[in-house]
Amino acid sequence: MKELSVNHLLGIKYINKNDIDLIFETADHFKEVINRPIKKVPSLRDVTIANIFFENSTRTKLSFELAQKRLSADVISFSAAQSSVKKGETLIDTVNNILSMKVDMVVMRHSNPGAAHFLSKNVKASIVNAGDGAHEHPTQGLLDSFTIREHLGEVGGKKVVIVGDILHSRVALSNIFALQMQGAEVMVCGPKTLIPRYITELGVKYEPNLRKALEWCDVANMLRVQNERLDVNYFPSTREYAQQYGLDKQLLDSLNKEIIVMHPGPINRGVEISSDVADSQQSVILNQVENGVAVRMAVIYLLASKIK
Amino acid sequence: MSPKILLSSKEVNIILHRLACQLVEKHLDFSNTVLIGIQPRGKYLANRIKEIIENEYGIQNVELGFLDITFFRDDFRRNEKPLEANKTQIDFLVEDKKVVFIDDVLYTGRSINAALTAIQSFGRPNEVELMVLIDRRFSRHLPIQPDYRGRQVDAFNNDKVKVQWKGVDAQEDLVLLTESEK
Repeated sequence: MKELSVNHLLGIKYINKNDIDLIFETADHFKEVINRPIKKVPSLRDVTIANIFFENSTRTKLSFELAQKRLSADVISFSAAQSSVKKGETLIDTVNNILSMKVDMVVMRHSNPGAAHFLSKNVKASIVNAGDGAHEHPTQGLLDSFTIREHLGEVGGKKVVIVGDILHSRVALSNIFALQMQGAEVMVCGPKTLIPRYITELGVKYEPNLRKALEWCDVANMLRVQNERLDVNYFPSTREYAQQYGLDKQLLDSLNKEIIVMHPGPINRGVEISSDVADSQQSVILNQVENGVAVRMAVIYLLASKIK
Repeated sequence: MSPKILLSSKEVNIILHRLACQLVEKHLDFSNTVLIGIQPRGKYLANRIKEIIENEYGIQNVELGFLDITFFRDDFRRNEKPLEANKTQIDFLVEDKKVVFIDDVLYTGRSINAALTAIQSFGRPNEVELMVLIDRRFSRHLPIQPDYRGRQVDAFNNDKVKVQWKGVDAQEDLVLLTESEK
C-alpha cells in the first residue's frame, strides 16, 4: 500500500514524483465521488480541520472547505480580519490556541514566505500550505498538472508556458516544480521587470515574446496581473500590458495548433486574457476549479491517513 | 507447507452456476434488479455471474456496476496500512431497484456494512441482497448474513482465504493460506 512521503504539504519542492502520482490516482477517485448524486464520503468523520487565512481568498478557501466537507471532516474557518492577530497575537500562539481545541489539521494562507514551514516545525498538527507569500501554492500547482493530465493524457513531455507576473507568483513556482518533476518542459513569458533574475537557474526557458512562446507550447497558463502586489510600476500601463501579454482570440486562432488555455483565477478580463478566450472551447479554467476540489480532497485524505 | 486448496477450479465452476441459477430463480428477467460487484475482488465474481446469466439463461442487458468502499470504511486511521482506493463504476441510479451485492469472501461483515452506506450515494434501493462465494462462519463482527452462499469455510482468524480467478491469478480455485504463507 502506498502513502505520502511527507506529513505536511508545505510545497511541491518537499514532495516527490511518487507523491504526485498517488495524489492524482486518489483525486481520480474523488472526482468520481463529487459527480455522484450524493457527493459525500464519511472517511474523515473524526478529523477536525482549521482553515486559517491571513490573506484574502475566495476560491481557494471555498475549494478547501468544500473538499473537507465532502470528506465529512469538521471544519472551522477564520480570516485574519476578524481574529486576535489584529490584537498582536503571534502566529504560533494563534495556532496553538486553535489546536488546544483538538484540531488535527491546519490549512493556512499567509503573506510571509515560509510561514507554513515555520508552523510545521512549531506546532503539533498536519499543515497544508494554501499559499505563503510569493513562495508556493502547492495545491494550485497540483490541480494545474492534474488538469493538464486530464486533457492531454500525461504531463511528461508536454510544453507549458507560464505567462505574466512570475516575480510575485507562488502559483508559478509551484507549477514549475510540479511540471518539471513530472517531466514537462517549462517556459516563462512576461515583461522582464516581472521575471525573477535567476529564473533560468531552475531549468526553465525565458521568452519575452508572447507569440513565440505560444507557438512553442501545448499549454498556456495565463497568470493574473496582481495589482495589489505591484508596489511600483513594473510596466507602463495596463493597456500596454494587455497589448503585449494579453491573450486574445485573434492571437489564439492565428496559431497553427490548438493549445490549452489555463488561468488560476480570478480573471482580469481584457487584461491577461480576453473574454472570448476565457469562455472558449480551449479554455479549461472551470475544469481547473472543479479539479481543485478533487485534488484537495486527495491531499487532505492522504495527509489525514497519516495522523496517528 | 504449500497453500491448502479448498475448492478446485471445477468445483468453483459448479458453484458459480448454482449461484447464477438461484439468482435467476429469484429475479427472473432482471428488469428491476442490478448487480453490484464490491471492489476489488468481488468484481471478478460479479463478472462471471453476469456472464453465466447472459449465456446460459439468455437474459440480456443485466445491469452491473462496481462499488469501491474505501472511503466508507470504518477503519480509516485505525489500520497500520493506508487504504488504497479502487474505481467505482455505477452508470445507473439504484433508486427503487433491487440491488444484489456480490463479493468473493464474507468475513467480518465490515466491508458489506460500508457498502450499505456507500450505495446510498446512488439512490435508495428498494431491497439489498448479498451473494458471496465464501462465507467464513463464526468470524462476523456485525449481524450480516448472505442471501446466496457458495460454500461455508471454517478457518482460523489469522488465516487468509483467497479465491483465485481465471485470467487474474495463476489458476482458478479457492485456497487457504496459513499465516506464514501470506
